[in-house]
Amino acid sequence: MAERILSGSEVVLQALADQGVEVVFGYPGGAVLPLYDEIFKQNRIRHVLVRHEQAAVHAAEGYARSTGKVGVVLVTSGPGATNAVTGLTDALMDSIPVVCLTGQVPTHLIGNDAFQEADTTGITRPCTKHNYLVKNPDRLARTMHEAFHVASSGRPGPVVIDLPKDILVGKAPYMEPSQVQHRTYNPVVKGERSQIEEALEMLASAKKPILYCGGGVINSGTQACKLLTEFTRMIGAPITLTLMGLGAYPASDKQYLGMVGMHGTYESNMSMHDCDVMVAIGARFDDRVTGNLDFFAPNSQKIQIDIDQSSINKNVPVDIGIVGDVGHVLEDMIKIWKAKQYKIDATALDSWWDEIEGWRGKHCLSYKQPKDVIKPQHVIRRVHALTRDRKTYITTDVGQHQMWAAQHFGFEHPYEWMTSGGLGTMGYGMPAALGVQVAHPDATVVCFTGDASIMMNIQECATMTQYRLPIKTVILNNRYMGMVRQWQQLLHGSRYSESYSETLPDFVKLSEAFGFTGLTCNNPADLDDTIKQMLEIDGPVILDVAVDDKENCYPMIPSGKPHNEMLLGQETDGNEAIDSDEGMVLV
Amino acid sequence: MKETEISKHTISVLVDNESGVLARVIGLFSGRGYNIESLTVAEVDADAHQSRITVVTSGTPMVIEQIKAQLSRLVPVHKVSDLTLAGPSVERELALVKVIATGEKRVESLRIADIFKARAVDATNNSFVYEIIGSPEKIDAFIKLMAPLGLSEISRTGVAAISRGTLTM
Repeated sequence: MAERILSGSEVVLQALADQGVEVVFGYPGGAVLPLYDEIFKQNRIRHVLVRHEQAAVHAAEGYARSTGKVGVVLVTSGPGATNAVTGLTDALMDSIPVVCLTGQVPTHLIGNDAFQEADTTGITRPCTKHNYLVKNPDRLARTMHEAFHVASSGRPGPVVIDLPKDILVGKAPYMEPSQVQHRTYNPVVKGERSQIEEALEMLASAKKPILYCGGGVINSGTQACKLLTEFTRMIGAPITLTLMGLGAYPASDKQYLGMVGMHGTYESNMSMHDCDVMVAIGARFDDRVTGNLDFFAPNSQKIQIDIDQSSINKNVPVDIGIVGDVGHVLEDMIKIWKAKQYKIDATALDSWWDEIEGWRGKHCLSYKQPKDVIKPQHVIRRVHALTRDRKTYITTDVGQHQMWAAQHFGFEHPYEWMTSGGLGTMGYGMPAALGVQVAHPDATVVCFTGDASIMMNIQECATMTQYRLPIKTVILNNRYMGMVRQWQQLLHGSRYSESYSETLPDFVKLSEAFGFTGLTCNNPADLDDTIKQMLEIDGPVILDVAVDDKENCYPMIPSGKPHNEMLLGQETDGNEAIDSDEGMVLV
Repeated sequence: MKETEISKHTISVLVDNESGVLARVIGLFSGRGYNIESLTVAEVDADAHQSRITVVTSGTPMVIEQIKAQLSRLVPVHKVSDLTLAGPSVERELALVKVIATGEKRVESLRIADIFKARAVDATNNSFVYEIIGSPEKIDAFIKLMAPLGLSEISRTGVAAISRGTLTM
């Protein structure tokens, strides 16, 4: 096929179209004006104007995480690019495929401290999976296609393409995606068969097996989640999910133990601690999951399946590490397990389940809803109950409300849970919800947030109004940075240094000022009606719920403690202090 | 785990010779707190635009495994080879060593240079610049002996390494 010569901007737009991109989240500026001009002239690709570049990346993340596609961001040079850095780091930590186009000053000005110049590739090198500076127009089309390949294959992640203005204005040849082959980057997807056989033999001989699964399963796709469910039911073992893995396995299933980790369930963490064979699938032994490494699952053999070799043996040494795509490996595992007619010893498995039922009997997530004040957990549970008959997507910000949402909202399907797990970015929730609602215009999108987190990207209310995105934002308002307050209570002698929200806006008036509805609720008796009212409104809503300001998030594995030393909270009225210097230095 | 012993490894990395590739490698080491004892880089295949980076690092077996996995997943990296584990290998380094001295010390430095097969590549009435090629240990030994003889400046290339026999990357 003969090369077509277009303008640089036309090449960029053509490449986006050929990559199947439907929507771009962005914010214009001097260096990207040629691209915005091109966007103006066409109808194939929709542009959603955010109000801050960080929000553009979070929106793209929400879009990507809820669809399985690549999220696309367009920002200008200098401050546009530096504002995007938090979002890029967030996407890197949570392995979310994002392609971020940044404007750059013309090539002849690079390095001259020109107006709105920043060393974007230098700044974003450690917070992207890969980045490019396009200095040669001949490489523009190839770079665009390569970036989508890198962002979406292997362990997904954010990719930045820095585009100098002269490249966008000048002529450049276009080539189709099929004409581009990557020279070096071709990740392994198929697991080594001998290792899979060895792993299954180990699993079949287990007496106390557990499956510990993470966001990698969701990244592998809906098919991988189906295979995981099939495999789990076939072998009869208990399964736990990480924060990023919620939805990979149906929460209502009896083999599901709940979330694992710092605020995971008692039964999950005890099972992790006492298991004899652990199979980690698309999970990376994060410190929020493992607690104190010296006491992590001390009597277990471990099998780990991950597409990223560097995730294997990073924090926790494993006995068998299988490099491959979770979906492919699970497919092989199911075939081989059936072919070899493996079965975990039924008596051993029964007594393991008996033990687990004992832990379940603690009802570690239980709470009492009094008549006078709304418990934050109750809000999550009621929203869950009242949205059950709808297709619902949940995003969160970061802190106590995030953990309560993870604990109390039962996720049955993948792609319905968007949260900032690795980086823990306050301000993620509302922009991520924008991305989700753009991708699923007819679905119910709820953003659970806190009174502190919501203030960190509050400007996106304007975007919600502009695009009539009917996002339901539920603030669990305890007038504190709740998780900070909880740690100060537990570790710093209840000295609540700077964690009180002294001057919060009136969220009803604020909503009205942005052009949509604001609701409040402070009476437990009104909660259901207010939630229903919120869900019935055909437009954005902020619901400000005044919740118990002293409520702590339990269960909790304090930093530096092993899984079997959880604080349950129930017996202690939340007044326990942790006497640990070691814990205090950890985050 | 008994594997807490720290050992030194020489790792060869074949990369695309593109801008920023060295920064990616160095950034990976500093960002993750790994050690670089020596690092060399030069283009080895001009037609394919490929460079070879040789890095000497140290760590526990788990850390070394991490370093190799982390290097392998960089997009412009073609191959990573741990020469220390791959089999016998040859390691060479070049050093230029300036010695400023007169009289007996000057003569003594020449005698030692002769024993080490170091060449004087520059000479004035009161100085020599020696060029020495060898293993890093040999160069260390040479420098140590020159220290009391007027050693005043050292420039070392860092290690270039390749496996012995027919084995290739």
